[in-house]
Amino acid sequence: MAYSEKVLEHYENPRNVGSFDKNDPEVGTGLVGAPACGDVMKLQLRINDAGIVEDAKFKTFGCGSAIASSSLATEWVKGLTVDQAMAIKNTQIVEELNLPPVKIHCSVLAEDAIKAAIADYKAKRAARATSVPTVTATHEGATT
Amino acid sequence: MAIKIPIYMDNHATTRVDPRVVEAMLPFFTETYGNAASRSHSYGWAAEKAVDEARDQVGALIGASGREIVWTSGATESDNLAIKGAAEFHKDKGRHIVTSVIEHKAVLDSCKRLEREGFDVTYLPVEADGRVSPDVVRAAMTDKTVLVSIMLANNEIGTVNPVNEIGAVVKEMGALFHIDAVQGTGKIPFDVESSKADLVSLSAHKMYGPKGVGALYVRRKPRVRLTAGIDGGGHERGMRSGTLNVPGIVGFGAAAQIAAAEMPEESARLLGMRERLRKGIQARVSDTFVNGSMEHRLPGNLNISFAYVEGEAMLMALKDVAVSSGSACTSSSLEPSYVLRALGVEEEMAHTSIRFGIGRFNTDEEIDYVIDLVARKVDKLRELSPLYEMVKDGIDLKSITWAAH
Repeated sequence: MAYSEKVLEHYENPRNVGSFDKNDPEVGTGLVGAPACGDVMKLQLRINDAGIVEDAKFKTFGCGSAIASSSLATEWVKGLTVDQAMAIKNTQIVEELNLPPVKIHCSVLAEDAIKAAIADYKAKRAARATSVPTVTATHEGATT
Repeated sequence: MAIKIPIYMDNHATTRVDPRVVEAMLPFFTETYGNAASRSHSYGWAAEKAVDEARDQVGALIGASGREIVWTSGATESDNLAIKGAAEFHKDKGRHIVTSVIEHKAVLDSCKRLEREGFDVTYLPVEADGRVSPDVVRAAMTDKTVLVSIMLANNEIGTVNPVNEIGAVVKEMGALFHIDAVQGTGKIPFDVESSKADLVSLSAHKMYGPKGVGALYVRRKPRVRLTAGIDGGGHERGMRSGTLNVPGIVGFGAAAQIAAAEMPEESARLLGMRERLRKGIQARVSDTFVNGSMEHRLPGNLNISFAYVEGEAMLMALKDVAVSSGSACTSSSLEPSYVLRALGVEEEMAHTSIRFGIGRFNTDEEIDYVIDLVARKVDKLRELSPLYEMVKDGIDLKSITWAAH
């Protein structure tokens, strides 16, 4: 299979690889996909009190298109408001990376990862607001 | 010697044509270019003579007579002719066929077509080591079984079936025995007498011959009869009409002769390189698993899973090496390898498998280059892998409810 130049570029030089402390109250973690399906994405967002995505990191088990989709997603979300980040559509990722039809699911996974990370962040805030003292995340929100 | 990049290590898919084979073929394009079926002039006679010599060469490789060789366009056609031709010819005797789940698609898809036409097909499971048990064959056969089709060696995991033991069972039960021997011939000892084979599919391009030419061995004593799939002229004892690919056939003959002469030395050399590769990788990379039997395996095959690293991403990382993967992403179906699944390899591990096929033209220097490349790229991709991170953090991946998608 031939990859687009942009996929290759992200694959060779993935942006924002790494992890934040998942217990940090400012960090939302999205873990989507399944090993049996051949792709798992972990996307983490650091969101400040103003609701701006300050930083993003990812790790992905998957093909080159999955790695590129998540790398691109971390680039795009930085500096966005939570609502703007929620509005990112997989079709934009498909277009930017020239993904073929067989790889569209990679972009869907990246969109899902953003939404899962934001949902995790919101759940943490809600839990804090109702003055639960500590949040014990079990498995990085994989059950989302 | 400088290494040529990309290194070709996909010799189960196809092989480079041996220069000696090319040499043998060349005159048959421009000088001895007659039609082997032309009986009225020397061009035709010379072509026919060359084709018959090649018949003997290919026959000799599997302990058969040249007169038992039917030329085809390749092993896919050979499998089709053997299975459909035998089933059709013997359908009044019975309509049951036995094969295994890890056969090549040319066998499986031929069987599926026969199923649609009213035949019953039993697809035998394999043991965890990737081999078909003769006892399982026996248990599956009935008095309606007309054909058993089992491969000599598997194209993905390189496992070698106990075809001699299976052949004994098949003959005892009175059915025909077809062996898809494409991956094994010229690499491991095999002959039609020990295996009691009635039909054997062969391919030139898997053994350093040209693409587009194959053969079907059809036993003469006792005579095995088939219904032809291609009509028109009655070539090849009426079993396969069509003008013969004379240069290709000459090349196949030369390739078979070289394979027969050099197999002992070459097998030992390939095995040495395969073990150098396996040990070299396993010394530097943790959490690897070899798929399929190590004991009963083609000397040049290494099918290995790298946990927590997806196969297609590995292929991209190994772009300096031509290999293939059992990962779903390399197929259009998005399903991981049916062969690995049949062994009971879990889907997540099937997604991480890489097939190395070492061949005649590989060198120790290339093996060492590949070991180093694999070790570095697995490290890089594991740094990127959330699964590896979780396992390092002590999380049991099986304890997680993954959202299927």
